[in-house]
Amino acid sequence: MSAELKPRAMRDTFLQSLHALMADDPEIFFVSGDFGSPVLDQIRSDYPDRFLNVGIAEQNLINVTAGLALEGFTVFAYAIAPFLTMRCFEQIRVSLGLLSEVRPMNVNLVGVGAGYSYVVSGPTHQCYEDITLMRSLPNMRVISVSDQVLAATMPVVASQCLGPKYFRLDAQVLPVIYEGELETVSDGFHYHRKGKDACLLATGYMVHTAKTVAELLAKEGIEVGVVDIFDLSNFDTKKFNLTLSTYNNIVTMEEGFSGRGGLDSLMFDYLRRSGIEINLLNIGVEGGYRFEIGAREVLHEQVGIGVQAVVRKVKKLLEK
Amino acid sequence: MNGISPMSDQNKNELIERLRDKSQWVWEQTLKIHRRSPETRVASSLSPIEIFVVLYYGGLLKQDPTEPLWPGRDRCVISKGHGSLCMYPVLADLGFFSMSELEKVCEAGSFLGGIPDPVIPGYETVNGSLGHGVGVASGMALALKRRRQEQHVYVVTGDGELHEGSNWEAFMFAAQHELNNLTVIVDNNQISMLGPTDTIVSHRDLGKKLEAFGWETMTVHDGHNVSELYETLSSSRVRGSPLMIIANTKKGHRVPGLENADLSHVTAIKPELIDELLGELT
Repeated sequence: MSAELKPRAMRDTFLQSLHALMADDPEIFFVSGDFGSPVLDQIRSDYPDRFLNVGIAEQNLINVTAGLALEGFTVFAYAIAPFLTMRCFEQIRVSLGLLSEVRPMNVNLVGVGAGYSYVVSGPTHQCYEDITLMRSLPNMRVISVSDQVLAATMPVVASQCLGPKYFRLDAQVLPVIYEGELETVSDGFHYHRKGKDACLLATGYMVHTAKTVAELLAKEGIEVGVVDIFDLSNFDTKKFNLTLSTYNNIVTMEEGFSGRGGLDSLMFDYLRRSGIEINLLNIGVEGGYRFEIGAREVLHEQVGIGVQAVVRKVKKLLEK
Repeated sequence: MNGISPMSDQNKNELIERLRDKSQWVWEQTLKIHRRSPETRVASSLSPIEIFVVLYYGGLLKQDPTEPLWPGRDRCVISKGHGSLCMYPVLADLGFFSMSELEKVCEAGSFLGGIPDPVIPGYETVNGSLGHGVGVASGMALALKRRRQEQHVYVVTGDGELHEGSNWEAFMFAAQHELNNLTVIVDNNQISMLGPTDTIVSHRDLGKKLEAFGWETMTVHDGHNVSELYETLSSSRVRGSPLMIIANTKKGHRVPGLENADLSHVTAIKPELIDELLGELT
């Protein structure tokens, strides 16, 4: 089935599903921070009463979103990921995080531009801190999406669950990695490939890297598994632990700063709390901010998260 | 139209008298709260007393104390954080919660803290962090308009708080969407924590700025004069634009040494002075 799917941007499949939901649910409201997509044009022409562009004003984007949600709307707030999560962090904390503890609301931040996906735009538009920041809010559900099929399932998840949520979408058109119906969406993770020597636990774009790494290592006789962990706040721990139980080594892979509270920290804490003793290697962006321009794969190698870098690190782990 | 029915002169005089009495009572109660809990910031809670009294007792704000989130209520977003402790006696008196709660402000287990939170019946939003009220209220006002509901949204903000840029994003937004169901009342006491706002970052002519943004504005020259406040607030709500009412007030109103003092925000009133002020009245 996947071969028949035309590769599309995650935001377009997400918005297309949302457009369909808006036909049946008059309580869904869409707010953009002056950020678009061809599919978004359909939403604003078909549902002008439930569409709003607040302009380049993220603080107001969040506070207006809170106001709409207090009045009962299910709100989707849409902008470029670093601006959506960082420019207005305190508005998110106060008007969504704190307030939703007292006044139930359904608010969904939809950020486009995970990691290096705005390749030529440089570090202002790239986004390596958002997972850390969003998961620091105790009631924020963080969902990091890896492909267009998964993205299309998310508006339903969003509309059915109260509370603040952050959907982290890639800006680039990526290969399709999910086929057919997704029965594992509610698990919060998907076991893409079985292995035995190590399990690559990746999120977002890094799932694509992990799949390539697994194929390359297989040629050398090293069998690594690949897990896409997309719901960073709400995965099925029983199934997850069962998946990990066949491995002695886990490698987390994220397109975010290493050792700064992202997937690496999440897994470290999770494994420790669960009493799972296993070798853990964390692969994330090394070093600080950089201004180099280049292909995403090249940038990834420079910061230690490219295919070749991961292959080297996994081999080194297994040599020990 | 959500305006106020015409009132006879006699009825209006009686109402104004009642508003004066209530303002006096709220002033006393606010001082008593501060007497019991000196960690409260009292000066900024003395400047908006008449604004709240006229709103809540003047028949301007439709509310149901037995159902604080009644969908038919007018929304009042109190944005000025700890500068609204005077709302505690107002809400208790109206029946949002028991008067006995006023004895427990800032005590362990009380829901009445030094900064009001929306766990308090009658509070709509989180207010301790300044500059959120106008934006959230704009979202509420837009939602009400899109749903074709007639309820009005009020915001009470301080003038120091308007240094936050988020307000100005919201001012542009509210004008763009012609949110004529939104009224922002500025408790213009002109002093923030470290001194007069004019010496920190001056708003210069706030009204002119808002008019340039597409708002209508009105000024209450004496924001402690309930008659002037009532006349202004009760004038027709039917407009094409959002409205800002700038009410000139005095921080630390009627407390010797505190009123209009540069550092009144962080100044506690000595218990003996409160006793003296309250004793003089009995």
